[in-house]
Amino acid sequence: MALIQISEPGQSTKPHERKLAVGIDLGTTNSLVATVRSGQTTTLANENGEHLLPSVVYYAKDKTRLVGSEAKQYKITDPLNTISSVKRYMGRSLEDIKAKESPLHYDFIQTNSTVPRIKTQAGEVSAIEVSAEILSVLKKRAELSLGDELSGVVITVPAYFDDAQRQATKDAGRLAGLNVLRLINEPTAAAVAYGLDKASDGVIAVYDLGGGTFDISILRVTQGVFEVLATAGDSALGGDDFDYVIASWIQQQLELGDDIDKSLRNQIIHAACQAKQTLTTERLASINIASTTLELSREQLNNLIDPLIKKTLMPCRRALRDAQVELEEIKAVVMVGGSTRILRVRDKVGEYFDQPPMVDINPDTVVAIGAAIQADVLVGNKADSDLLLLDVVPLSLGLETMGNLVEKIIPRNTTIPATRAQDFTTYKDGQTAMSIHVVQGERELVPDCRSLGRFSLKGIPPLVAGSARIRVTFEVDADGLLHVSAREETTGIESGIEVKPSYGLTDSEIEKMLLDSMEHADEDIAARMLHEQQVEADRVLEALAAALDDDGDMLSAEERQSIDEAAGNLAKLKTGNDDRAIKQAMQALDRVAEVFVSRRMDSNIRKAMAGHNVDEFNA
Amino acid sequence: MTSLAGNAALTQNHFELFSLPVFFDVDLHQLSANFRALQQSVHPDRFANASAQEKRLSVQRAAQINEAHQVLKSPQRRARYILELQGVVFDDQSNPVMDPMFLMQQMELREALADVKSKSDPESELDKILVSLKIAKKDILDKLAEQLNTPATADLDKASQLMHELQFLDKLQSESEIIEEELMDSL
Repeated sequence: MALIQISEPGQSTKPHERKLAVGIDLGTTNSLVATVRSGQTTTLANENGEHLLPSVVYYAKDKTRLVGSEAKQYKITDPLNTISSVKRYMGRSLEDIKAKESPLHYDFIQTNSTVPRIKTQAGEVSAIEVSAEILSVLKKRAELSLGDELSGVVITVPAYFDDAQRQATKDAGRLAGLNVLRLINEPTAAAVAYGLDKASDGVIAVYDLGGGTFDISILRVTQGVFEVLATAGDSALGGDDFDYVIASWIQQQLELGDDIDKSLRNQIIHAACQAKQTLTTERLASINIASTTLELSREQLNNLIDPLIKKTLMPCRRALRDAQVELEEIKAVVMVGGSTRILRVRDKVGEYFDQPPMVDINPDTVVAIGAAIQADVLVGNKADSDLLLLDVVPLSLGLETMGNLVEKIIPRNTTIPATRAQDFTTYKDGQTAMSIHVVQGERELVPDCRSLGRFSLKGIPPLVAGSARIRVTFEVDADGLLHVSAREETTGIESGIEVKPSYGLTDSEIEKMLLDSMEHADEDIAARMLHEQQVEADRVLEALAAALDDDGDMLSAEERQSIDEAAGNLAKLKTGNDDRAIKQAMQALDRVAEVFVSRRMDSNIRKAMAGHNVDEFNA
Repeated sequence: MTSLAGNAALTQNHFELFSLPVFFDVDLHQLSANFRALQQSVHPDRFANASAQEKRLSVQRAAQINEAHQVLKSPQRRARYILELQGVVFDDQSNPVMDPMFLMQQMELREALADVKSKSDPESELDKILVSLKIAKKDILDKLAEQLNTPATADLDKASQLMHELQFLDKLQSESEIIEEELMDSL
């Protein structure tokens, strides 16, 4: 008999209800939010019926911020305070940005932190904060449209994003007050949207050329499991670069030289982008700049952009080889990203893969749709779903060794989650600390790879040189984010690890940003912390109840009693207003439930393999 | 009953984890079906709403299954793993005596690789080398299969020698890939 569930006022999680989850495509040019509603996956519009939110933020003098189309109109009149294509700066140092952009589009400032900031009339902002503004608008849009608070979101990132870029994206989500269930790769999200639609098994290639990034992923789809075999790309190549080469051509034609003011430069880029779009349907585009009219033909455009398209084909070749898949095995080539509207791109990709690419899906919305489908599964709305995404590490993770050389620990295209342990020893008697430098990239020399962080191991017991054995474990989680832990094996002492990220924000920097972003900081933070802990406690208790329902018989009476006690304690504290006490009660419950959790996991493995005994192969 | 289970998954070898016999010519179809079934049951996506404890454990188990899958999927890593299960210890620093014919072939490939960049069409030259490497690898793997399909009676010295030859080819392969990266960068 079903019992009627009565929820307390103010509590948003009701177990019997569908939870609200959305997928967000945080794009270089445009961003989108989508959700699954009554079996249909749709993108959500703002009050004006617009689905695409231009990824542009305008910082006004009075500190107000405009996001989207409203912000876009300031691009030409107030270029330094109108931040667009901010995705290009995520997880990047000032040197990286300088190497890519000349002249710089904004007034960048080097700060004490590793994250560069942009000077605007409303104060200094980092790429993470600008992205958080965009995410906040989408969050509000979704909550308004769905009528309640969101339980969780999935945010998409380019497959070729490295650890620093992924971390920056997750930080932006956190700053926007989102519960980020997972970061998923854009081509994988597209494959989900495409694959579920076409519902057929086989190997597919996803060619994703967005505004600022390029990805190629090779996936094997089998009964709802999307297994990425290999991925490659360029996290700083996209439609923007097409605009820039056209803009340079315009500058040359007008004999303007390189040193022009930012406003004129923006006008030229804008005109270049329009010409590019015109040429997807027309054979000739006219460009009006500085009271001169220029004409650009489709053939001229092709000549300008061919080198860039060629740059995308080398990664295709590498991905195929890494996937150990022959060209003939590719069943479909799915085109994603606004830049695949360019006819020349379609032609060249079709030529390379020796088949016409699939262009019948909307390249702008497919990524958000796929993310929404995954969010719906992750939040628990589809308990019987077979959908499973098995993605890979896009770039090898390695360590600095003697002579500036990189030793690879986790090679590129390793399926995530992944862990590897590496043993180190001391080279001096009584040495109690050592430093480990983690890098990401394919090159042999440290300076050619991206530095992810330096980890100081402290508290190593003083022993004779070479006798300490420090096991450092590298773990890449399902978001593709790296975690490092260490322990001295001979004595079992956990070394205190101090992580100093080369890029990205420390926890305290994020806390500070959160504080800064709120007007009544102290009260708001306290209320938010309490609310977060209460929601988390609800989730934990709900999950535990379901687990006990299914597998309660795995526990002895004693074990069951101690779990029930800890759960009861948490349920009681949850209604109070001491967020720390709630957190501690959750940790206590975690400890007593450890044995139960472990047994359930092993039982899952056995069940999965039931009937797959060795005997059947000998028969 | 269940308390006896302990950490079964952690003490199993990769073949046991996938319910497969210790055999070089592994049934790849079965391997990948079992891989999917295992991941369906432990992947972190199945525990997105679980306790911190379950999330951690799920990441660990999923990573272990991924690792075992990658070892068993790759003929080379599988061969090495079978040898390790037979108690063969590999020392990457050692220099075993190599077959002169094999060494000659290596020299030729190496020279071809060194000349790639000076060729008018370096990409297709590189492709040729990669194809030769692939054929050479296939040949060694076939010989390894003869030994390792019956691990208990395998000629372990012979198999180890073949593994060393494979390592040579691998080194060449990764050097070819570095050249390929450089060609990509120079575009």
